[in-house]
Amino acid sequence: MAELPGQIKRMSGGIKQLLEQIFGFSRRCLFRIISMGPIPNHLAFIMDGNRRYAKKCGLEEGSGHKAGFSALMLMLQYCYELGIQYVTIYAFSIDNFRRQPEEVQSLMDLMLEKIKSLLEKESIVHQYGIRVYFIGNLALLNDQVRAAAEKVMNATAKNSRVVLLICIAYNSTDEILQAVKKSCINKYTYNIEASGSYKHEDTDSEIEAKDIENQEKKIQLVDIEENMQMSVAPNPDILIRSSGETRLSNFLLWQTGNSQLCFPAALWPEIGLRHLVWAILNFQRSHSYLEKRKKQL
Amino acid sequence: MLSLRVPTPTSFRRLHAGRSRLSRDCLFSYSPSFVNRGVRLRVRSTKSEVVFTPTEEEEEVTLPEELQPELMPKHVAIIMDGNGRWAKNQGLQPWDGHRAGVEALKEIVELSGRWGIQVLTVFAFSTDNWIRPRIEIDFLFSLFERSLKSEFQNLAQNNVRISIIGDSSKLPKSLLRLINEGEEGTKNNKRLQLIVAVGYSGKYDVLQACRGIAQRVKDGEIDVDEIDEGLIEQELETNCTEFPYPDLLIRTSGELRVSNFLLWQLAYTELFFAQELWPDFGRSGYIEALMSFQQRQRRFGGRKS
Repeated sequence: MAELPGQIKRMSGGIKQLLEQIFGFSRRCLFRIISMGPIPNHLAFIMDGNRRYAKKCGLEEGSGHKAGFSALMLMLQYCYELGIQYVTIYAFSIDNFRRQPEEVQSLMDLMLEKIKSLLEKESIVHQYGIRVYFIGNLALLNDQVRAAAEKVMNATAKNSRVVLLICIAYNSTDEILQAVKKSCINKYTYNIEASGSYKHEDTDSEIEAKDIENQEKKIQLVDIEENMQMSVAPNPDILIRSSGETRLSNFLLWQTGNSQLCFPAALWPEIGLRHLVWAILNFQRSHSYLEKRKKQL
Repeated sequence: MLSLRVPTPTSFRRLHAGRSRLSRDCLFSYSPSFVNRGVRLRVRSTKSEVVFTPTEEEEEVTLPEELQPELMPKHVAIIMDGNGRWAKNQGLQPWDGHRAGVEALKEIVELSGRWGIQVLTVFAFSTDNWIRPRIEIDFLFSLFERSLKSEFQNLAQNNVRISIIGDSSKLPKSLLRLINEGEEGTKNNKRLQLIVAVGYSGKYDVLQACRGIAQRVKDGEIDVDEIDEGLIEQELETNCTEFPYPDLLIRTSGELRVSNFLLWQLAYTELFFAQELWPDFGRSGYIEALMSFQQRQRRFGGRKS
């Protein structure tokens, strides 16, 4: 009789495992079907709604973000299983520093804990061979978080299967500003050097040289783009923002000019497979038209 | 103290039940914003009943009941998508769709001026649109010229200022001349600023701002360390207005994309995607978009306390 609770426990554990295997198998079948159409190369997420979720479920303040992290791990698993190569997430905006100091501190603590966990052997990073980038004005972070982020970037630098870009202390306008500054510095330095080297030419070739100089002086689109932090990845094909708010909130403004936008009403911790599948099916619908346009351009 | 304005009642028509919002006192606060065209307002009070209809002048500046005046956006941007599809659905040529689109735009401009919106930016022609057939592009520009000529008086009368943004280097000279005349002639108008984006792309705007800043650095006017977001804002083409950042962006035809429109300026803009094609958008679509905007909670990255 004493063995009965143990047996029940083992049985329920076995059933749970069986169910997980069945779900996993169905999911992989579904992914095979979806993969018959075009699959996006890069997906971006704005993980909105954690706090509202905590309030809705009557949890304490920080629990919403913890639930959000679990949802994130699940979504990353689905994305990489489906064959999506790049995933970008909006973890913390520069504007979020304006929140209450206690909330900012608890978010920083949570992020430090989760960043460190990425280096563990069982983490998703090792499971899928993820290369991790931290994109943003990292100087605004405290030393511990910044050091942990740099450690993860170095440790995963050799991974090449899939990429995870974590936008932290990030604003799109700040990213564009830094790229503009760098472009100006580069052009300015180039112009000083170029104008110096033409001093010894004779009159005719001096004029011609000046013309070439004028052409090359102008900053081009590629100059700005190569100085963008997000240049390590192609532009996102789909941007998904949870919680039903329809705005970009200063996220990837430069890169999402032609991205499919998705605004599921679910709060971030409630986000699931069905939202991802829906976004991809919508993407597949408009994909052929966009590809045709891209070729024409 | 509430004030009562009672114009002479000329006709009586039924008011839908539940629409009027009344005070408890007998004096009724009559505000034009609560009155709609052709509607009789019944005032229930403890002391007297007053029934009246608004005059023609008051009808001109009235806001629909569904909208609250204090929550109106200052700057609305519109991507006028769907002319081609509308024409196809009707069995017409693409240029007929664009003509219908111009009519729809006139209506929206008029409504915006009436409802207190201060800036209306419309995406007329993108840099990506250059791949369209030449015949369609030529038609679009000639339509633009005709519309500018015919609407110039209207714009002046309605106190609308017109501004054009975008790369004008590829536009025909006749159109450029008209644009300059239009901008000069309406530059002192204050009621509504209509910004038409022609040959525009958000990336191009940031690029030309970057070039402007680089020139200023080269001329020694500013130091590289002084380059900040405010400086970029000053150099963007939307520096022609006091309110360069749209509060609301509307895109018609159901497409869920921004298509490289006003890239920098859309950082905190509320987006609204309407299912209708642009020529069908009209007053009801506009009210729906504005109502949706008024219900949004804008936090700008902070927290609502």
